[in-house]
Amino acid sequence: MNGMEERIVMSHGNGGVKMQELIREVFLRHFGNRTLNEQTDAAILPADGQTLAFTTDSFVVDPIFFPGGNIGKLAVCGTVNDLAVSGATPRWISVSFILEEGLPLRELEMIVSSLAEEARDAGVEIVTGDTKVVNKGKCDKIFINTAGIGTIREEDRGIGFGRNISPGDAILVSGTIGDHGMAVMNARESFNFTLPVISDCASLNHLIRHVLDRSEGVRFMRDPTRGGVATVLSELAVKTGMGIDIEEQALPVGNAVKAMCEILGYDPLYIANEGKVLMVVSKEETAHVLRLLNDYPLGRDAAVIGHLSGDHAGKVVLRTETGGKRFIGALTGDPLPRIC
Amino acid sequence: MKYIDEYRKKELITALTDEIRRISRKEVALMEVCGGHTMAIHRFGLHSLLPANIRLISGPGCPVCVSARQFIDTAVACSTLPGSILATYGDLIRVPGSASSLEKEKATGSDVRIVYSVLDAVELAAGNPEKKVFFPGIGFETTAPATAAAIVRAKQENIRNFFVLSAHKIMPPVMAALVRDGVRLDGFIAPGHVSAIAGTEMYRPLADESGLGVVVAGFEPTDILQAVLMLVKQLESARPRVEIQYRRSVRPEGNRIAMDLLDRVFELKDDAWRGLGVIPLSGLKIREEYAEWDAERNFDLAVPPSDEPGGCICGSVLRGLKTPADCRLFATACTPADPVGACMVSSEGACAAFYKYRR
Repeated sequence: MNGMEERIVMSHGNGGVKMQELIREVFLRHFGNRTLNEQTDAAILPADGQTLAFTTDSFVVDPIFFPGGNIGKLAVCGTVNDLAVSGATPRWISVSFILEEGLPLRELEMIVSSLAEEARDAGVEIVTGDTKVVNKGKCDKIFINTAGIGTIREEDRGIGFGRNISPGDAILVSGTIGDHGMAVMNARESFNFTLPVISDCASLNHLIRHVLDRSEGVRFMRDPTRGGVATVLSELAVKTGMGIDIEEQALPVGNAVKAMCEILGYDPLYIANEGKVLMVVSKEETAHVLRLLNDYPLGRDAAVIGHLSGDHAGKVVLRTETGGKRFIGALTGDPLPRIC
Repeated sequence: MKYIDEYRKKELITALTDEIRRISRKEVALMEVCGGHTMAIHRFGLHSLLPANIRLISGPGCPVCVSARQFIDTAVACSTLPGSILATYGDLIRVPGSASSLEKEKATGSDVRIVYSVLDAVELAAGNPEKKVFFPGIGFETTAPATAAAIVRAKQENIRNFFVLSAHKIMPPVMAALVRDGVRLDGFIAPGHVSAIAGTEMYRPLADESGLGVVVAGFEPTDILQAVLMLVKQLESARPRVEIQYRRSVRPEGNRIAMDLLDRVFELKDDAWRGLGVIPLSGLKIREEYAEWDAERNFDLAVPPSDEPGGCICGSVLRGLKTPADCRLFATACTPADPVGACMVSSEGACAAFYKYRR
């Protein structure tokens, strides 16, 4: 704008509109191909009669330790979840480290051990990796990249694309929203809130497998990370051209997160989650899937939050707790950088 | 959640809207002059709950939106001074100046940091004595006392590398200016937090001269609807006056300690408002006694005068003459991701609220 050279600004990384613009105008313009253009959470790849899911993610969270996890655990959960919401069973992951000169070895080891533990629990094998060290000040303590491969059963192949969703389908979320973003923010900024805000950082593959093995009703899934539930819903509405109705009253929000959001002026709908899945489920299977989610501790607070609709095409309408109505759009400005 | 849920109860809201419907006959336009009200009205979808004859219009109550573009240019100039740290409330980061923004300066290497309290900026100065820490002070009677407290503290603790760039403003003159300008209005929903600090006596001349009702409101949906009901009652009975809806926070005399602090550090000056021009005695300037902490008195921050961006109607939106949807840039050239006007970038701006919740 105004003749000044365009540069990367923080909002290019927030998971919202500005990042979509960057992806479209720089990355897709140069890399674009049929698989990538789908912009699914993981690439769905045919390979000798088998279908594979492949994904990658980088982690730059600040601080590297936060209530409920650390950058190592997060690096496993993020990649495992991207595979799991694509309908895949996560199998193998790679882990690459960029380390800043001066990082205490003790901290590295704490991160690596919780990374290993999370991988074990999630049932994925760490099969390759890389290490780089940069001069002090050239990165911030530790950055991690993970990539992962999963296998997809024939019957789950469509889930990542969400092509079978239709008006009347229900939208479920597997638990309380906004916990991760607020936990990291509380740990980073000096608010001195004495609230127990704990990141929901968790691998969802066992929970999701449990549901997929027992119900054929799941038509689409996403993990609402950066940009939050609102951004996922808004992208879903735009992508499918369908309307979405959400009931504010039905949204599960923990009291501490609700209080923090009230005080700081955030909307939990836009705050990142790292252990939640948003599911689009056929009308008939809604109650069944909700029960299946409730079977697991990770899905204890699962709730039906709304449904797809034939009205207001491409828009998400929230019926507020007061009975009023408003639209929900994708995240634009972002006050919460470096949360994952 | 306690102290929140009570004010959002559907039964109360329905009772209020039913009562408004029952007694309201006239076509009325009520202006909320606080960005917090604008956001709450949109966030809770209150427009959709009111009868069609009651129109809520957004006024010049968003501090970021009413700051002239030149102020952003001056803040950008501060951020590019060698050895400077610019500490700011997050809302200002993305506001476009005439050629740059703080976000863009940050990307080119300026040290721009978001703080949640002006006192964090003072601490930043204390911890970095070799740096010059600038704080752009924006906001009305609500935030100005905090800035005053920071300056007083810097003086007490002999912190000499903390500088405030003041764009602080006060509310009553702009409300009077809108009425003088002939903006068609039937009453004001007056700002709750401003009034908690400054009290309600300050609205009396305006109410007496203009014959308009002024009801000071809180920020929950029941607060705002009750304020609407009070204004409607005033209008239907032709008895406009100053009333307080937000009794749990606002007393007629305001907060004396905060106001004394404000008076100690600031004095009134004529000030430029975006879209409204210069309004006499509407801005706050740092007094001579505290000149050492005044960015403008200590650095050459002169920037060329700046026109409003072409096609942007923020000025008319701020005066309640037009709605965001009337702007040809709205949602096309001007979006929250790439804002042209300040009303789109601030989370409390009318265009941002309209874009986010009603588009």
